[in-house]
Amino acid sequence: MKTKDEEWTLIIEPKSNLFDLRLREVWQYKDLLFLFVKRDFKAAYKQTILGPLWHFIQPLFTTIVFLVVFNKIAEIPTDGVPPTLFYMSGIAIWNYFASCLTATSNTFLANAGIFGKVYFPRLILPISIVTSNVIKFGIQFLLLLVVMIYYMLQGNTIHFGISWFVIPFLVLMMALLGLGLGIIISSLTTKYRDFTVLLGFTVQLLMYATPIVYPLSFLINKSYGWLISWNPLTPIVEAFRYALFEQGTFSLGSLLYSLIFIAIIFVIGLITFNRVERSFMDTV
Amino acid sequence: MIKNVIEVTAVSKQYRLGLVGTGTLSHDLNRWWHLVRGKEDPYLKIGEENDRTLIGNSEYVWALRDVNLNVKDGEVMGIIGRNGAGKSTLLKLLSRTTAPTTGSIKIKGRVASLLEVGTGFHPELSGRDNIYLNGAILGMTRQEITRKFDEIVEFAGVERYVDTPVKRYSSGMYVRLAFAVAAHLEPEILIVDEVLAVGDAEFQKKCLGKMKDVSTNQGRTVLFVSHNMTAIKNLCNTVAYMKNGKVVMVGETENVINTYLSDGATNDIKQEFASPEEAPGNDAVKLKRIEIVPILDLPHAPITVETPIDVEFEFWNYVDDKPINLSLHLYTMNNECVFNVGSESMYLTKGVHKGVCRIPEHLLNDGSYSISMMIVAERSYALYNFEDVVMFEVHENRAPSGWHGKRPGFVRPKLDFKLV
Repeated sequence: MKTKDEEWTLIIEPKSNLFDLRLREVWQYKDLLFLFVKRDFKAAYKQTILGPLWHFIQPLFTTIVFLVVFNKIAEIPTDGVPPTLFYMSGIAIWNYFASCLTATSNTFLANAGIFGKVYFPRLILPISIVTSNVIKFGIQFLLLLVVMIYYMLQGNTIHFGISWFVIPFLVLMMALLGLGLGIIISSLTTKYRDFTVLLGFTVQLLMYATPIVYPLSFLINKSYGWLISWNPLTPIVEAFRYALFEQGTFSLGSLLYSLIFIAIIFVIGLITFNRVERSFMDTV
Repeated sequence: MIKNVIEVTAVSKQYRLGLVGTGTLSHDLNRWWHLVRGKEDPYLKIGEENDRTLIGNSEYVWALRDVNLNVKDGEVMGIIGRNGAGKSTLLKLLSRTTAPTTGSIKIKGRVASLLEVGTGFHPELSGRDNIYLNGAILGMTRQEITRKFDEIVEFAGVERYVDTPVKRYSSGMYVRLAFAVAAHLEPEILIVDEVLAVGDAEFQKKCLGKMKDVSTNQGRTVLFVSHNMTAIKNLCNTVAYMKNGKVVMVGETENVINTYLSDGATNDIKQEFASPEEAPGNDAVKLKRIEIVPILDLPHAPITVETPIDVEFEFWNYVDDKPINLSLHLYTMNNECVFNVGSESMYLTKGVHKGVCRIPEHLLNDGSYSISMMIVAERSYALYNFEDVVMFEVHENRAPSGWHGKRPGFVRPKLDFKLV
């Protein structure tokens, strides 16, 4: 007797359709996503005295170092924004991208233990990483707000306005880019660890190709300015600063360019991740 | 007609042995080049049967080869076979932790696996948090877990420690909690792999009870891999016997177990090596010969519970500066040690030496046994352990009576037992 295929809840075959991404399954496991985020947050600062305060300390010190090196020593202008605020905002958004990318790029290797025993949609883990990093970003953003209010009380004019509503979209773009690149790299590292090493210093160097310690306006007319403006991260960072301070070099066109770039990376990421997750346990 | 809930059709799984390194890239590129031109993957044509004891010529090995298996709704199927037979690989495919190389698997209903309990436990989190996390990893929703939370805690017997980080748990508590979460899943199909290797006797009993409850009272389908034949006999109605990546027999429990037990123990009663170069061992000792010599009245008679057996062991010795003794371990087919005896310890010259150990009649129960011979220096450390070097079978020779069951126990001593 031949049974019809529709009766089966699951059919496992060696090769799956390239675009069968099973995103609905990810949705079914949303509780797990929530619990992973909760776990990351709870476990990160167990047995520390300062706890989540560490989220303040790291950007604070980075800002101080940047102030000394890039503002005082190198005398790079900051687009008319108070230098402290300029660096803090840059560090907040950059840290978010960098931590999303480095943490998700390690998905398969770091979780081989769990993945080898139980099946759940593997995509849950990188998504949970990106989500828990939003919380860390939120804390850094809060710190930025406090400092901004301080500046306002000192008599500086600080811009609060409708443009602030753009910020969540910019953060989402960063999240998708970090996630997209991260899962591509994690798919490659299951077989070739070379990419872990490569990523380690690329992320560091990439920061200098993004207007974090200098404004785009400072370089745009120099001979290598094109390099910085073609970096898809540049429009996001500049737009972020523009939304906060109404200062910066950014156009809708360049933001659209970033958006398209991110969409392509993200789709490629989903497809490679989906292909690798099925059998990565054999090569990891 | 009872329908199949699992249909495994012509499933194979190929693994590449050895290291992933520079050679991998060239194979990957070659494979990709074949696929681009629409040709068959060149590495699927090669590969050998998976027998871990033989040194193969190919880097590729088939952990599973053309496996077909149907499991009916509500069936409790045991899967048995020696280490490396492909049991766990099959379960991995069913639980989707890896994908098959060829073939297809169709499944009806939700599958949950207990391939290893405690997956995703985070040591820093409390028992409560871990129950939620682990439950969600295994596929439960938060509501389901909340509903069963008290039951889980009670089953594990850790009421007092729910809010303590699990890193402070004793290993027994940890395992109990982990198993409790898994046991309260409500999948249509439950996959269980050797969970009984952990925990104390009371807890094992609890686990077996729970599995029995899941299968008989709730009518769920269970796939159970174990080396523990007693547990298999207790729980399963059907057993599949796997050997070298193939399912060689599926059928009624007792039959399949008997085939499996006698399969390995037929002609392995002697091993002999002509020269030290080809013999197993190391710089200190090499195996020359090990042989089971039954003391029989008639040649070619079977070994029974009334047959005395000599275990003869010859070896090349290269150690003359330390006292040496032999240590014999006798195992059942379930890998439980029946006994361990040591010879006297003495200085030996370099060269071939021989040891003989007599296992008297009326000691061993009927069944299959294997012997490991360890060579120990200074009565303290092993120079080499020749594991499972010979196997033999002891047959029943009871006079016919009304009862045909197997006599329980490892030993079958003839003791003075009178009714007065």
